[in-house]
Amino acid sequence: MYEVKVFVTLKESIIDPAGTAVKDALHRLDFAEVQTVRVEKMIRMTIASTDEIEARIEAMCKALLVNTVMEDYRYEIEKIS
Amino acid sequence: MISPLEMEQSRLYTQMGMTDDEFQLVKDSLGRLPNYTELGLFSVMWSEHCSYKNSKVLLRQFPTRGERVLQGPGEGAGIVDIGDGLAVVFKLESHNHPSAVEPFEGAATGVGGILRDVFSMGARPIAILSSMRFGELTTKRTKYLFEQAVAGSAAYANAIGVPIAGGDTQFDDCYASNPLVNVMCVGLIRHADIKKGVAEGVGNTVMYVGAPTGRDGIHGATFASTELSDESEQESPNVQAGDPFVEKRLMEACLEVMQSTALVGIQDMGAAGLISSSSEMASKAGTGIELHLDQVPQREPNMTPYEMMLSESQERMLLVVARGREAEVAALFTKYDLDAVAIGQVTGDGMVRLIHKNEVCAEVPADALAKSAPEYHKPSQEAAYYRAQQDIQAEIAPITDYGQTLLDLLAQPTIASKRWISHQCDYMVGTNTVLPPGSDGAVLRIRGTDKAISMAVDCNARYVYLDPYMGGKIAVAEAARNIVASGGMPLAVTDNLNFGSPENPEIFWQMEQAVRGISAACGVFETPVIGGNVSLYNERSGAAIYPTPTIGMVGLIDNLSHVTASAFDRAGDGIYLLGETHPEFGGSELQKMQNNGKISGRPPGIDLEIEKRNQDLLLSAIRAGLVTAAHDSAEGGLAVCLAECLMAGKTSIGATLDITTEDITAFLFSESQSRFLVSVAPEHQAAFADLTGAQRLGRTTDTGRLDVSINGAPILAIPVGQMRTHWEGAIECLLTAED
Amino acid sequence: MKFAVVVFPGSTGDADMAHAIRDVLGCDADYVRHDGSTLDGFDAIVLPGGFSYGDYLRCGALAGVSAIIPAIKAAADASKPILGVGNGFQILTEIGLLPGALIRNRDTKFICGPAVLTVENADIGFTNKYNPRETITLPIAHGWGSYYADENTLATLKANNRIVFTYQDNPDGSAENIAGIVSEGGNVLGMMPHPERAVERLLGSDDGLRLFQSILQTWRAGV
Repeated sequence: MYEVKVFVTLKESIIDPAGTAVKDALHRLDFAEVQTVRVEKMIRMTIASTDEIEARIEAMCKALLVNTVMEDYRYEIEKIS
Repeated sequence: MISPLEMEQSRLYTQMGMTDDEFQLVKDSLGRLPNYTELGLFSVMWSEHCSYKNSKVLLRQFPTRGERVLQGPGEGAGIVDIGDGLAVVFKLESHNHPSAVEPFEGAATGVGGILRDVFSMGARPIAILSSMRFGELTTKRTKYLFEQAVAGSAAYANAIGVPIAGGDTQFDDCYASNPLVNVMCVGLIRHADIKKGVAEGVGNTVMYVGAPTGRDGIHGATFASTELSDESEQESPNVQAGDPFVEKRLMEACLEVMQSTALVGIQDMGAAGLISSSSEMASKAGTGIELHLDQVPQREPNMTPYEMMLSESQERMLLVVARGREAEVAALFTKYDLDAVAIGQVTGDGMVRLIHKNEVCAEVPADALAKSAPEYHKPSQEAAYYRAQQDIQAEIAPITDYGQTLLDLLAQPTIASKRWISHQCDYMVGTNTVLPPGSDGAVLRIRGTDKAISMAVDCNARYVYLDPYMGGKIAVAEAARNIVASGGMPLAVTDNLNFGSPENPEIFWQMEQAVRGISAACGVFETPVIGGNVSLYNERSGAAIYPTPTIGMVGLIDNLSHVTASAFDRAGDGIYLLGETHPEFGGSELQKMQNNGKISGRPPGIDLEIEKRNQDLLLSAIRAGLVTAAHDSAEGGLAVCLAECLMAGKTSIGATLDITTEDITAFLFSESQSRFLVSVAPEHQAAFADLTGAQRLGRTTDTGRLDVSINGAPILAIPVGQMRTHWEGAIECLLTAED
Repeated sequence: MKFAVVVFPGSTGDADMAHAIRDVLGCDADYVRHDGSTLDGFDAIVLPGGFSYGDYLRCGALAGVSAIIPAIKAAADASKPILGVGNGFQILTEIGLLPGALIRNRDTKFICGPAVLTVENADIGFTNKYNPRETITLPIAHGWGSYYADENTLATLKANNRIVFTYQDNPDGSAENIAGIVSEGGNVLGMMPHPERAVERLLGSDDGLRLFQSILQTWRAGV
């Protein structure tokens, strides 16, 4: 069994309004040191053992989890049993 | 598990909000000591939130009958006939305490709950109105509560696809720690499709549909029945999270299953979840219910019967289905990716019996839970402040610049444009919305007829505080005035009584007086109260909110041609004032503005007969086709009323008024009741004046400016665009300002 | 002429679309469920607005893997008119029938209200009853309606006159003020504004009606 975390974020070239809103709010709360904020989403899955886990995850990302027109992604795989 | 005897000895029931006497009543009704689960059932079913034990004695005063009333108080929502075999179903409900702790989810689940109350009657929800009260928008906390409550209610309603067609939002310091989030839902139904929450037919199957049960919101009903403490913000397990995607499918599926004869009864699992829905359905039908709790869909492991029965997880319904037709019903829900699960059956012994892991874990008479809560008539005492206020002459500081005063009033958040709110709400989905938010009444056409309905929610709590009886009357009158100004005839009322702690005799007195005022007004307007809600204990650290008995009203517009907006869109129309003006500033927006938020004195008076006459006159004029626009005068008085008509209209339109008066300030800013501002085309002016006896104030122009002369001298000349800038930008400006 | 209105779990604009087509335009419209497999027998396909699958993961993403999607793509290949409005537009970009993507509004808030648009292309089968460069008012109601595409895609859209509607007062931060675009073949239109909500004067505007009339007129001319 694997635990897989897929991190999805808007491409760097795209303005992230949610990130901007969070950054502004942090500044209002006197966290002036905050330089940039990007809000990401993380999709956590447990996956039964399979031979080609990376290929399968790549396929999932392209089929559904990520819209590559506007999003970038990376993932972490951890064997849990 | 603690034993019954230990519970009695340690008086555990007091921690569940029960008194010694109430515990004795429980023992009497069972003929034995209750176990832990049973005590939990009683404590929640006998809470104020579920039983109205402190308010019932007052609610009985409301007129509830009328020719058009098909369903009065007692079901999920009330029902009123609108002809053509159609009826409207509506109810107002609060989600104040959850919204004070977690405003986004609190407001969202408030919308979800009231939607279920309406579609569980068989009606398709067609409109939502929100009535919200917050502290002044000057602190981070209040801004956060406001922004999140608005976003939460909008997000939920938008995702369901029911338009938020209107509402009212006001600001006063007394709500800073205890905001009010009241939501009204209006549904449409054919008479033949009306469903009730009854568990009829011994042997029929009880089915559970919707989201699985978790530990969220346990004791939400008792939570809503106690005063908020400063620790409440840590008590987030009491707040439920909503999922509009489940609700949307649940709504569509329920509306479809209601067309099936397999369905016997249906009820929302709202406050006190499974126990209130099951015991009420059994009690109403004179039956019993046996539930097998192992079958209840559960989201978390190891849930106890107590937790399952009291959970307030959202988006769940309880159905009673004809025996043998369970598969048919389950198949229908499967189409919507929902599971309908049999969890029990209707019995003939009048008991709610819970079976968990093959053991009976609770056995309680349904009537004892649903009908036998004690009723209290709490001590009542005239509030000390009231006498004092009655003797105060509400003085107003002399005004030197009337134009600037008007601009300042337009920027007061209670008066300012609520576009910041309505912009976030899909008010058009469903394609029935005839008048957008900001009009007097929210108007929706009724497809397949030439009719429309008009809806309003109102309550000026400052008036109610200063004089609860007068304020109660005014709350109803203002709602009716809004309906009439939009061309409708008021039909019926739903109410949400938001008050402080009824244990305080002065608060109970406020309730008594307000209810007396509401009842008197509903009698005169012939608008019975067909349902509603009570929210008590709205206080923190001993300071109560202003008494806020919110009134929701629905009216009928006979013909689409009678729909009347408040916008002045034509130059050359006569501008008329229907109703009389007196210097009345107690609780007024002007007084509040001049006195740093404080109010004093007597609120405006109201003569219900005059009010009714003026409403009837305006409605006759509208029906005769004599009126181009109408608007009721409310907070800020006539000057604000006039400004609102202009700001809502085309940018090129202005107005010029020439008045003779001895009291300029009263003419412009008094909040005298029973008044309408009306615009009338030149060809109808003679007929309008004859019919109504209204006073001509001036005319609309194409100058884009408001010009007012008093006794021949110009006292006010402001471009409408400048007023609009103040009015539209005010809330945004407050939200972005540094503390 | 017969329209299919595709209904996904969480669609909210389906009834409004059916009302506009049946009761105002006067054509037939049938609902087709997300788990259907065929759109045979329909002359036009409409993907209505709403919150399919609760907008979870990404707006339109989960609807984009529904059983009905291959049939929608086949209808597009067969040059049938396909209209996606709001969430329908989001779905069309997710399944690749239209380029680009819809991202969160510039100010992060849902916006509802009338939007003033310019008809940039009045020559396609969806807009031939409008005048070139005509100003119209249609309602918008979206939280994720800010159009995004990379520079090359935007250049291609412009060069081929595929930007059909633009906002005059860009409410959501859309690239090039884009409110609606059409496919290369001219038969797939996606737009965030709601023409189906503007078909009756009673409700404030009937500027959207000619969009449906254009579809009907084009179909008649082609039959």
